[in-house]
Amino acid sequence: MNILSLFVLIPALMLLGLWAARSINQVRGVMVAGASALLALSVWLTVAYLQARGAGETAEMLFTDSVMWYAPLHICYSVGVDGISVVMLLLSAIIVFTGTFASWKLQPLTKEYFLWFTLLSTGVFGFFISTDLFTMFMFYEVALIPMYLLIGVWGSGRKEYAAMKLTLMLMGGSAFLLIGILGIYYGAGAQTMDVVELARLHNIPESMQHVFFPAVFLGFGVLGALFPFHTWSPDGHASAPTAVSMLHAGVLMKLGGYGCFRVAMYLMPEGLAAWGDFFLVLTTISVVYGAFSAVVQTDLKYINAYSSVSHCGLVLFALLMMTRTSCTGAILQMLSHGLMTALFFALIGMIYGRTHTRDVRELSGLMKIMPFLAVGYVVAGLANLGLPGLSGFVAEMTVFVGSFEHADVFHRTCTIIATTSIVVTAVYILRVVGKILFGTCHNPAHLKLTDATWDERLAVICLIVCVAGLGLAPWWVSDAIGGSVEPIVSHLLVLNP
Amino acid sequence: MNNSNLSAILSLHAELSLVVVLVVVLLADLLRKPDAGGRWFRVMVCLLMGVQVFLDLTPDARSLFGGMYVNTPFTSVVKSILSAGTLLVFLQCGEWLGRRDTRFRQGEFYVLTLSTLLGMFFMLSSGHFLMFYIGLETASIPMACVVAMDKYRHHSAEAGAKFILSSMFSSALLLYGLSLLYGTCGTLYFADVPGLLQGSPLQQLALVLFIAGMGFKMSLVPFHLWTADVYQGAPTGVTAYLSVISKGAAAVALAVVLRFVFPLMKDDWTLTIAVLSVVSITVANLMAILQGDMKRFMAFSSISQAGYIVLGALAGTTQGMASMAYYIAVYVVANVAVFAVISTIEQHTGGLTSRDDYRGLYRTNPRLTLVMTLALFSLGGIPPFAGFFSKFFIFAAAFEEGWWVVVFLALLNTIISLYYYLLVVKAMYISEPEDGRCVVAPMRSAPGVRLCLVLCVAGICALGLCSGFYEGLEYWAEAL
Repeated sequence: MNILSLFVLIPALMLLGLWAARSINQVRGVMVAGASALLALSVWLTVAYLQARGAGETAEMLFTDSVMWYAPLHICYSVGVDGISVVMLLLSAIIVFTGTFASWKLQPLTKEYFLWFTLLSTGVFGFFISTDLFTMFMFYEVALIPMYLLIGVWGSGRKEYAAMKLTLMLMGGSAFLLIGILGIYYGAGAQTMDVVELARLHNIPESMQHVFFPAVFLGFGVLGALFPFHTWSPDGHASAPTAVSMLHAGVLMKLGGYGCFRVAMYLMPEGLAAWGDFFLVLTTISVVYGAFSAVVQTDLKYINAYSSVSHCGLVLFALLMMTRTSCTGAILQMLSHGLMTALFFALIGMIYGRTHTRDVRELSGLMKIMPFLAVGYVVAGLANLGLPGLSGFVAEMTVFVGSFEHADVFHRTCTIIATTSIVVTAVYILRVVGKILFGTCHNPAHLKLTDATWDERLAVICLIVCVAGLGLAPWWVSDAIGGSVEPIVSHLLVLNP
Repeated sequence: MNNSNLSAILSLHAELSLVVVLVVVLLADLLRKPDAGGRWFRVMVCLLMGVQVFLDLTPDARSLFGGMYVNTPFTSVVKSILSAGTLLVFLQCGEWLGRRDTRFRQGEFYVLTLSTLLGMFFMLSSGHFLMFYIGLETASIPMACVVAMDKYRHHSAEAGAKFILSSMFSSALLLYGLSLLYGTCGTLYFADVPGLLQGSPLQQLALVLFIAGMGFKMSLVPFHLWTADVYQGAPTGVTAYLSVISKGAAAVALAVVLRFVFPLMKDDWTLTIAVLSVVSITVANLMAILQGDMKRFMAFSSISQAGYIVLGALAGTTQGMASMAYYIAVYVVANVAVFAVISTIEQHTGGLTSRDDYRGLYRTNPRLTLVMTLALFSLGGIPPFAGFFSKFFIFAAAFEEGWWVVVFLALLNTIISLYYYLLVVKAMYISEPEDGRCVVAPMRSAPGVRLCLVLCVAGICALGLCSGFYEGLEYWAEAL
């Protein structure tokens, strides 16, 4: 059996284990065992991947395997990874691991919560290992639907509204996606559903690409919070329970960027040539609009959700710039944003669990009361605004340098507009940090609160180590990413010089 | 009777075995005490049907009675699907039939239902429009009696009357269409008609009337007006049967006739079917949102599902036929599961079928809720359940024939349908019951219902993930 299938098999076993679990300790045991196994597997995979590349493997996908599934439609269960999927798998495993600890004390219906949570992660892992369009799409949808119950049952605030809005908007996106996938399959002569194979054939008629490129890009773009289809994201993130926000903002939104790159752009370069500028304008708006919206929010989760819109917009923005540097930057940004936003949501969840409010106006002086969480919050904030030494700097620097390689007025203008978001980010991060962490605490009830417990500390430390690690030593991932971005970008550049 | 005739009759596996079951049930019903609970009687019927499912499969195509009866492996397999669906419905009906006021009518229920199934078999295997019509009527008239089975309760009698009237109306339309066809072609044999079609206005009218007649049976919009009332009034088990078996048989029959009898008028009927499909899906989805009663809600849901099913007929290709049969099979298991849950709750609570009564159901009946959730997800087309695969295949089939816009509209509609399926899920998991407690008390369903639910859940999970079933259908459709 292929090693990659373990990424789906382990969550499947976890589902069975959770189903059989009789006590809360058994549930936790299954979750920790499974999440650790996934983390170990993804670390091993990263090392093995780098070694294989070091040994001179030049195939686009490694560890490939393919089993025919539905022969009449050429649907296979095909798996394979390149540098991009390897780092995404690593990211997902880290978030699932830390998410487990971040929801350690969740009540009620703990078992059901973790069942849906695991189903969600099955979808995420399955998506990143798949190279078959149908299988990819299937896992994509598997990752969407558990969100409804996770937010609806365990969420807070306007949870029913948010859950329904999120589910329907994302499913709306997947309707576009499905029509696009059918367009790709039949456009390419109904011979294969394999992404690499389809890119090699490169025979989708241009007229069809003009129709189906926007469908696929929009379909994935909804999940990547593309303006104006980002509205599900703030509501959804604000209402979701902590670990779900982490997984959703940290990993699920990356499915959007990944899909746009691997499916929409890679398979339909002519469509990209026709529509690229249009979408570039939309993503520029996403970046700036998200940042400005975050400035005026008063709910901590809303601030972070709008910040995610801005940062995920930057991912799509960098991809559409289509230079080698900017695309590498986009993947780095996915990784970096995934880690730091998960850290953010984890901390917000922990603070909210103590103070029972997320309103910036009601919080102050937390640094003295819960120093560990407060320091974590500062680190997350600094990473978010791009302080050198943390992951955000590496990613954004690469993105903007790559984008500036274009010499024409249009791309330059977009880049300059998008760059302004860095300043705005600093405004909303520093404002919040100053407001809630420093000063004196006015609420006597808050003075009695305690600092993080061991499970929370574990989750936070893990994420901080990753954020700092990526910031201090980015070369080992950026090499892996750059090597895999190369064939895709050169495929695109042939047509879009 | 000479030997060859006898062997010809004996080769009607599906129909003959069904007749045997029917006769055995009829005799057994005569012998049993009418007031007894009848548990063994029900077990016997289910066992017989369980055997009958496997007798349908005939490997080769055959034509009997001078071409009146034509059986292909594909229709055989469709008959098997229908038999299996009927078995599932029978399993879930036990609780209702064992009730004190219905137990003396059990035999009639089985005999009448099996007669309609026999009618559908002949309709599917017809090679001549008269045979088709006889089959269709055999499938309709006993149905009206079954719908009115609970005549002293609810609106069962009213539903029966509505059913028979609309059924007669649609049959009249169909017959008028057939007479026009006969008038212009001079024959009603499926094999001969295609050569004689010129697409004249009269023939077009015949085609439209034929589609309208079948539209009534499948309850496509705008021929759906009877559906909600009948579904709500009929006993829930009967509603389940109506929504899956009758609909499935009519859909396959329509697709077969359109593809093989009217190939020369393809441009005419594809457009009609495309419009009917989109209108059915859209209107039914919008109406379903407004429904608070689960049975009415499922009525509109089933109208929209019928709209998806005819997309297979729209494609009219091998893949279209295969994905249609596949869709029906998947739809059968999911819909029967939903109705089994509705019916169990109805039987245990004295007739509660409102969605508001389901609030907080997860806390009192987690397993029933879970089955319901899986079934609704399958109906909504959520992977990894079978409904996702069936929707994908039927969309792919229609897409291949160039119906992009129709597929796109249907896809947008899946979002609306997901919305109302999620409303039920929301009621069960999220909404707070009015006085803090779910009105449905914890309960234990009858063994038959449990078996039915287990089989349905197995179907919902396995039919999609295991590709063998679809590939088999594709293979048989190839031979069509």
